[in-house]
Amino acid sequence: MIQIDKLGKFFNKNEVLKDVSLTMPEGSFTALLGPSGCGKSTTLRIIAGLEQPTTGLVKINNRNVTELTAAERNIAMVFQSYALYPHMTVQENIILPLSMRSMTRLQRMPILDRLLPSARAQAAKNVAKANEIAEMLEISALLDRKPSELSGGQMQRVAVGRALVRDPVAFLLDEPLSNLDAKLRTQMRSEIVDLHKRTGRTFVYVTHDQDEAMSMSDRIAVFMHGKIVQVATPRELFSNPATREVAAFVGDRPINMIELDAEGSNLPSPFDGFAIDGKKIPQRIVLGIRPETLEVNKNGTIPAFLERIEYLGSEAMVTFKLDGNITLRVAIDASDELPQPGERINLALKHSAAHLFDVETGNRLNAKLVSRTQPSAVKA
Amino acid sequence: MTLSRRKFREALFDIQLAGPATLAMLVLIFVPAFFVGVLSFTDYLFGAATFNWVGFDNYLTLFGDETGRRAVINTLIYVAVVMPTSIVLSLAAAVGVHSVSGWSMGTANVLRTAYFMPVVATLVAMATVWQMLLHPSLGLVNQALGMINISGLQWLSDRGLVLYTLAGIGVWETVGYNMVLFMAGLVAIPKHLYDAAKIDGANHGWERFWIVTWPMLGPTTLFVLVVTATKSFRVFETVATLTNGGPGFSSDVLVFAMYREGFVYFKAGYSGAITMVFFFFVLALTLTQLRIVEKKVHYR
Repeated sequence: MIQIDKLGKFFNKNEVLKDVSLTMPEGSFTALLGPSGCGKSTTLRIIAGLEQPTTGLVKINNRNVTELTAAERNIAMVFQSYALYPHMTVQENIILPLSMRSMTRLQRMPILDRLLPSARAQAAKNVAKANEIAEMLEISALLDRKPSELSGGQMQRVAVGRALVRDPVAFLLDEPLSNLDAKLRTQMRSEIVDLHKRTGRTFVYVTHDQDEAMSMSDRIAVFMHGKIVQVATPRELFSNPATREVAAFVGDRPINMIELDAEGSNLPSPFDGFAIDGKKIPQRIVLGIRPETLEVNKNGTIPAFLERIEYLGSEAMVTFKLDGNITLRVAIDASDELPQPGERINLALKHSAAHLFDVETGNRLNAKLVSRTQPSAVKA
Repeated sequence: MTLSRRKFREALFDIQLAGPATLAMLVLIFVPAFFVGVLSFTDYLFGAATFNWVGFDNYLTLFGDETGRRAVINTLIYVAVVMPTSIVLSLAAAVGVHSVSGWSMGTANVLRTAYFMPVVATLVAMATVWQMLLHPSLGLVNQALGMINISGLQWLSDRGLVLYTLAGIGVWETVGYNMVLFMAGLVAIPKHLYDAAKIDGANHGWERFWIVTWPMLGPTTLFVLVVTATKSFRVFETVATLTNGGPGFSSDVLVFAMYREGFVYFKAGYSGAITMVFFFFVLALTLTQLRIVEKKVHYR
């Protein structure tokens, strides 16, 4: 189990982390998700011991490790750039963390390591272990190569092998897939999930790709501007984003954000077919509507003018213009006959409806949208 | 048709770019070098109307004659002292200044400038300063030694010491330049390798140095080796200004001998032979270093 408690971090006078607390239970797969510069990588580096927090604590298995070096924490880390030692072969790269731990400085000396029987015995053990790991990762054929002779995917595997070889208490992965091409990325994704299952260790995974975070992890901590804004399961994150920014960040397709003036529970046209069900509704609100939650429906209460249509194969992205100069993007099933630009169409909210946020704070409102005319269509 | 014409035009453009420099190199370096090579087999004297072919006599003199052999051996000793010392010191200075730049850029810049000073200063002028510093009775060095009750040395007139004094100045002269080269190499080492080394268990600075810094500096070290070797083989200014090769040829070196034989005694033939030997040394050293070390420093 890894706990971070009220972490704060300044680089010179720049505050990059503010009061970050998070618990990563034993064996969990936690993703730290956020745009670049949000502090997620700094948090990971603080957990690793590569960076010292200005304030706050890091605990691993209930032991305060804030003052310990990276090596003393016995965590493994996979870097975005793989960070393989270019002058060592694949085998030497994988062995290094083992020999740094299992052999004394004397035993590691260039010539003595061949002469001392104890060093040779330990070295043989390390080689066996490295070969075993290489076999597991299917890189046995590459053991004698230098990193420069490997492809991105192969380097990635070697980096994983180096992390795996000494049985660490936790794996920290810093955007490990972002240097791979799209196809390989999908494949490595499932391999890393497999690895997590097989080792049963705690995984902390930093990414800016919400797709990766959603598909791989069992918990996601979303970072914005140096703070954690939400910790939730992928499903919860998607269905109940805590802030406007989170809603905008999560999800395949960009969410529609519409700022409106509400009067009590009433909404202005073209959303006057809906009412807000909730207390303490501020005057300015943001309606967050995912493109896939809208459908073309002649009974719908949102009149719209079809402006543009982008055909994407299985679906089409349709841009509608609404009264009050509102633009709304809707994903529709492309297997049916598609409407044409210039048509006037009615739209309906399909399911789970819209998210409501306060314009001022960006926070989620404890309220939902209900339909006045078609109560069956909206189930918030 | 059009293709070959385009190729021709491109070739013409390449020649325009590389041509003048190539021509200058041929005319000003290779042709004279060839003639020096030819001269080295003659007894030609500058200004003389005739010359005789003497075969390898000039070379036999250089290696057989006591004076000639001294110059060769002195040069080799000088290189053997300056090269490793300068490289170790400059690497240490570079690592030090580099880590200083981590917390104070200003201090690092001051240090870098201080180290670089000997490189930009005119060596002949600096040699005068050294002469004053090393003066047996008035020099600052001996006076400082005197203060801690160590009797001063005859830095420039002791036959056994003078070569090493010059080597010391040679080190002082090259450390700054090498340090700047090493610092450029250090800056280019990816930070994440140090992170990886820390994670992998390299807790101490020394361990990280051997795992990351030293191997990653390989190409830089090779370059520094070649540059320092050729530079120290060419030692001349300090010898000419401080000792004139003396006392008694004890600080005579190849280039100074070449100068003396050629431009003082006008023995163009003998001087040419020295030039050829000097050229051969530098070439051999450079080739060996490139052959042996290059394979080990570019990790492919």
